[in-house]
Amino acid sequence: MDTASACLIITTIIEGKNIMIEAIFTYKFLQNAFLSGAIIGIIAPLLGAFIVVRRLSLIADALSHVTLSGIAAGLLLGQKASLFAGVNPLYFGMAFSVGGSLLIERLRNVYRHYQELAIPIMMSGGIGIGVIFISLSDKGLNTDLFGYLFGSISAVSRTDLYAVITISAIVLITVYFLYKELFILSFDEEFAKASGIPAKAVHLAFIILTALVIAVSMRIVGVLLVSALMTLPVAASIRLAKGFKQTIWLSVLFGEISVITGLISAFYLDLAPGGTIVVTSILILLGVIIWKKEKN
Amino acid sequence: MKEKPPVIDIRDVNFRYDRENVLEHINLSIPKGAFVGLVGPNGSGKSTLLKIILGLLKIKEGSVELFGIPQEKFKEWDRIGFVSQKANSFNTGFPATVAEVVMGGLVKKVGLFRRPGQKEKDAVKRAVKAVGMESFLTRNIGDLSGGQQQRVFIARAIVSNPSVLILDEPTVGVDSQNVDSFYRMLTYLNQELGMTLLLVTHDIGTITDKVTHVACLNKYLHFHGSMEQFVELDEQELSDLYGHGIRLLDHHHDH
Ligand SMILES: Nc1ncnc2c1ncn2[C@@H]1O[C@H](COP(=O)(O)OP(=O)(O)O)[C@@H](O)[C@H]1O
Ligand SMILES: [Mg+2]
Repeated sequence: MDTASACLIITTIIEGKNIMIEAIFTYKFLQNAFLSGAIIGIIAPLLGAFIVVRRLSLIADALSHVTLSGIAAGLLLGQKASLFAGVNPLYFGMAFSVGGSLLIERLRNVYRHYQELAIPIMMSGGIGIGVIFISLSDKGLNTDLFGYLFGSISAVSRTDLYAVITISAIVLITVYFLYKELFILSFDEEFAKASGIPAKAVHLAFIILTALVIAVSMRIVGVLLVSALMTLPVAASIRLAKGFKQTIWLSVLFGEISVITGLISAFYLDLAPGGTIVVTSILILLGVIIWKKEKN
Repeated sequence: MKEKPPVIDIRDVNFRYDRENVLEHINLSIPKGAFVGLVGPNGSGKSTLLKIILGLLKIKEGSVELFGIPQEKFKEWDRIGFVSQKANSFNTGFPATVAEVVMGGLVKKVGLFRRPGQKEKDAVKRAVKAVGMESFLTRNIGDLSGGQQQRVFIARAIVSNPSVLILDEPTVGVDSQNVDSFYRMLTYLNQELGMTLLLVTHDIGTITDKVTHVACLNKYLHFHGSMEQFVELDEQELSDLYGHGIRLLDHHHDH
């Protein structure tokens, strides 16, 4: 590569950066997307660390599908009932997700010997109900829906951002004050119960928080990929970390890198951010696996 | 002089999971400072009995008292340390250091919403040292051998300084050389630190010269008494208890 073309590339990149920064200052929606993304990049992998070690990754997936049916219900009601016209469908998503998480717990008790059955039941239920709502609604829904499925930069509103901030604050405070209970519950449930820790209550708090984080993350990464943001960074960090605290910090770092890189490339290449974020985290994961192999 | 209540007092307990009783007419009282070996073949209800003592299984018939307090009202669970049978079959891929695992034993004591401080960190170091694992504090639990992991779980059980330690078949998966030093450690906890021990095993031969009391369980409690009484039983009584011929004072391990 000669110097001239190298220079050209560099100036393009710098100009690109300027465009981006300018754009962030100019367009509210970009602020919303990047702030929400940066926050979600922290809390999704944070809860994800607990989810992965408890082998509940698939529950995250099931809940995201239930969230979709909530969103679809919200969009439909917004169209059909004037009462709900101004209500953010995200709230419906959150309500459905929390309801779904409680239902999963119920089902896991009903099928004590086939606990994983709860997941396909909820997943197909979520999609099935969602699809019915979608077919009942008017055509204009499709573009909105694409954003909810695969994430969106332009569709993130102020109220979405506020929801993200509120839920994240609750998550951070809860994890800070219940860290040791969450840890022992994840590591050794029987021991947690034997030592008299309110295991059921802590588990319930955890599963509700997970449901809420899934619902708010979905705006950025999309229904279909939200569980990836909770699990892929953890999958990478587990290969490197000494101890659980380090696992959390590394997961958050990888998650944040994935979200920021993903959002920037989505902005430039005009792609759905869900895709770019997940591809980035897969690249990180691959990098870690290969690096670890080389080292041994 | 008023006598201290037994540390654990079980009265007329029956228990079933499904239709058939797994435990029947269990009466067992464990005095302070004892080292009790609870023996019985596989499936005899040993783990079930421990879970009842720990309140993990609720009984409908009979009663359990801990330190003289009815179990329903008992709150000081950090006075009882527990090493479960499953401790050595946990998720070995779990990314937790030895220090993090042992800190788990203080969760209840520190209390809800509080975060452990320097005092707790020091207690963790002491407990890990007591089981001879101090050089492994920052290692991941999954990278240790079975015997080392078992020591870590003992450290977790004793870190809150309990007066009773309950162990469910702790030497399964530990090689014989380490089993000996493992029992030396238990004797130390019992004799030097005055900890009451309740040890479950299906292999009576290895514990006869270590414990002070024996309880033989097979749905019913067939025998419960001091070691002196136990060794006076003759061959016939023993095989009645245990279902087949057992060898006392047998230190050979077949593996
Ligand atoms: N969760 C359970 N549900 C139903 N039956 C059980 C359960 N746990 C144990 N059992 C049965 O209870 C009996 C005693 O089991 P257990 O207490 O584990 O015996 P041990 O620890 O002496 O090997 C066995 O017959 C076992 O099959
Ligand atoms: Mg058992």
